[in-house]
Amino acid sequence: MTARPSRFMLGGRTYSPAASLLLATPFLLVLMLAFLLPLGMLLRESLFVPSFTMEHYRRVFDEPVYLRVMYRTIRISALVTLISLLLGYPLAALMARTRGLMLNLLLVAVLLPLWTSVLVRTYAWLVLLQRNGVVNDLLTGLGLVDAPMQLLRTEGAVVLAMSHVLLPFVVLPLYATLRAIPDDYARAARMLGANGFAVFRHVTLPLSMPGITSGCVMVFLLALGFFVTPALIGGPQQMMLATLVQQQVTELLNWPFAGAIIGVLLLAVLGLMIVFHRVIRLDRFVGQS
Amino acid sequence: MRRRSELTAGRLAANAFAYGVAIFLLVPTALIVPMSFGPDRYLKFPPSGFTLEWYAAYFSDRDWLDATFFSLRIAVLTSIVATVVGALVSLALVRGRLPGKPVFELLVVGPVIVPNIAIAIATYLVFDGLKLTGTTLGFVAAHTALAMPFVVFTILASLHRFDADLERAALSCGASPLQAFTWVTLPQILPGIVSAALFAFIISFDEPVISFFISDLDHRSLPRKMFEDIDYNVSPTLAAVATVLTGLTILALVVGHFAGRSRQASPAARGPTSGN
Repeated sequence: MTARPSRFMLGGRTYSPAASLLLATPFLLVLMLAFLLPLGMLLRESLFVPSFTMEHYRRVFDEPVYLRVMYRTIRISALVTLISLLLGYPLAALMARTRGLMLNLLLVAVLLPLWTSVLVRTYAWLVLLQRNGVVNDLLTGLGLVDAPMQLLRTEGAVVLAMSHVLLPFVVLPLYATLRAIPDDYARAARMLGANGFAVFRHVTLPLSMPGITSGCVMVFLLALGFFVTPALIGGPQQMMLATLVQQQVTELLNWPFAGAIIGVLLLAVLGLMIVFHRVIRLDRFVGQS
Repeated sequence: MRRRSELTAGRLAANAFAYGVAIFLLVPTALIVPMSFGPDRYLKFPPSGFTLEWYAAYFSDRDWLDATFFSLRIAVLTSIVATVVGALVSLALVRGRLPGKPVFELLVVGPVIVPNIAIAIATYLVFDGLKLTGTTLGFVAAHTALAMPFVVFTILASLHRFDADLERAALSCGASPLQAFTWVTLPQILPGIVSAALFAFIISFDEPVISFFISDLDHRSLPRKMFEDIDYNVSPTLAAVATVLTGLTILALVVGHFAGRSRQASPAARGPTSGN
């Protein structure tokens, strides 16, 4: 027992290294079996089948078909990130200013979709966007279009549904960041003569940059590997990276090539994490902040 | 404090837009609920009548029921295993002199950073070789790994909030370390443990991507079955399933909210990145 207890040494004592390792062993076993070993084996396929080669990686970048899918994946992900930010910022700002019951209602509006099955949300969009669905009824009813439009299997539909699914991931870190900004700053700026927009532009926006970056990186990262929504809402013309990998594996059994695509995806994700690791507070996504 | 003078036109417009976004977030799923009670073969809103036909179809279909019970079993087991495994490693991280601690911390966040499609494909490759596809063991292992970040962060948070002096007091009053842990520490961190278990349950029950790949013909999870049906025939039965699933999720969140302290913003583990 030390004289000054640190919060990392809860209770009367700390465990010895051996005891700690023992406690961590089940965790290590699970992660080995269902995370590390699989990823290692997949990357091995991509590099060492039949023997060491960069052939599979070269194919990813050489063939126009695959380049197009990659380009489309990046384009859709960037668009989804931008839309999520534009929709999410005002909502996060409103939440940061709100207290009490209204805040709780808004939190429910953000957290409920987050925890609702992504399949349910994707299915909902499928129903709304189908040829005789609610959106087409509305458009024809208002006289905006003459006949029901083809909405599904368009890039617009994929972007819309993905933005909807990923929106909470930009709202939550933004809300946390905006709420931590003391009201005094805005008040001081106002007393110095700034109008509402100037306060936003010169005080709130710069101070919320960490939240913007964190949320945007997270959404972009999730969008890059998104599987369910593009696979169900989009058609072959909207194929993204994850669906390409799925095809390679389930239809062509081309594991080395699938491994190479995943390898590229992992490199992109790793790069993003290294560049932005300072601003991304993962605990904001996976635990209490 | 918001003052009246601050309510400029710009602010009002921004607020109206923000409320619109909040409604946009809820609307698609909320519309499915009334539509699932409508008799129309092609789901209509507003529904043209009331029927429980699609619920009857769900609850009398062998395939749907098998998938539902399979998923329930996996989710309950995952919730138990993930909570125990996560609590042990959390204790080691907080209290232990764990060798290679940074590596463990990296491993904890690993499953949220690595895209689910990567984990799914990789797991499929290895599980196929090990004959683990379609097995309870395979699903529980995969879902436990996926739930680990959420479970560990939630339990770590409650361990950090716990007042260490309480346990020290118990020890100096003559309790053994095990007694002190069982009777003093555990009750204090129990809300965190319960939330962690519920998060793990939801993550497993709703998990679509890994399930898609490691299901086999006879053993499908509910999300996998939903995926197939959405892809091949969008029947209104799906609306009933979706409504039941959403209801279950809300129920778990409400239980979690009241089990975990009533601290503001607590439904809170911020949310699954498993949602893709």
